[in-house]
Amino acid sequence: MNWFHWLANPARFMRFAARLQPWIMALGLLTGAAGFYFALFASPADYQQGETVRIMYVHVPSAWMAMFIYVVMAAAAGSFLIWKHPLADVAAQAAAPVGAGFTLMALITGSLWGQPMWGTWWVWDARLTSVLILFFLYLGYIALVNAFDDPERGSKAGAILLLVGVVNIPIIKFSVDWWNTLHQPASVARMDGPSIDPSMLLPLLLMAAAFKLYFLYLLIVRMRGELMARRIRLLHLSDVS
Amino acid sequence: MGGYATYVWSSYGVVVVMLAVMLISSVIGGRTRDRELTALEERVGPRRQRRQQNDPEDTRHDA
Repeated sequence: MNWFHWLANPARFMRFAARLQPWIMALGLLTGAAGFYFALFASPADYQQGETVRIMYVHVPSAWMAMFIYVVMAAAAGSFLIWKHPLADVAAQAAAPVGAGFTLMALITGSLWGQPMWGTWWVWDARLTSVLILFFLYLGYIALVNAFDDPERGSKAGAILLLVGVVNIPIIKFSVDWWNTLHQPASVARMDGPSIDPSMLLPLLLMAAAFKLYFLYLLIVRMRGELMARRIRLLHLSDVS
Repeated sequence: MGGYATYVWSSYGVVVVMLAVMLISSVIGGRTRDRELTALEERVGPRRQRRQQNDPEDTRHDA
């Protein structure tokens, strides 16, 4: 916990993050290149879904990121409301557009997978609808934090929205078990272990790791930008006072 | 791609474009703010120094 307190200082955190950044980029490029190679060329076609299974290697990691980033933001919102850590609010606001981006990626690639396999681009079932709601939660959060003249009030309102919206995450995860759906059930995060063949699990996990590292890299870039934006606001205020 | 090339390549295309858009917008946003901040500090910094020289009691400062 002390280490977290030490790191909660914005200037110290940014210095620490800047040192990590090149390593994150190198590791991300490496896992990303390997992931794309295995996903597109060095993995087998599925016996039922044929070559369309390759869409899974970008669709599933995007959907995992959509949920992961939301949970990270909700945790940040919690620590912002409880401990008033400004850096937590900076992190949530910096992560939001990236989360929305990954959610949109999951929706579009899912649609492109649905058309050849289900014969439809979209169905209003629980899984697809709850992910669409997640996308709107991201957009709602971004709109809400920017809707107040006082940024502090925007941050608080946004944090509350994030915490309320977190109820959607288990609904997304378990929607395929609770309701009838065209969507296939979980095949990796299962109580009895992954049911997916290792030749398909490898590219999936490589892409998932690459997407996580990509998010981490973008988060650092965006947090630095957000901290600068706040300093600009402060200087403008002190300039007119 | 077994007759599904359009769907598979479109998916990868969307992903690559979206990842690139997120990176480019983040980097450009950061650079714009960096330039704005540097210009603002050059403008506001000396003025604040003058203010404090004229009025040593002036303790206004930014956090």
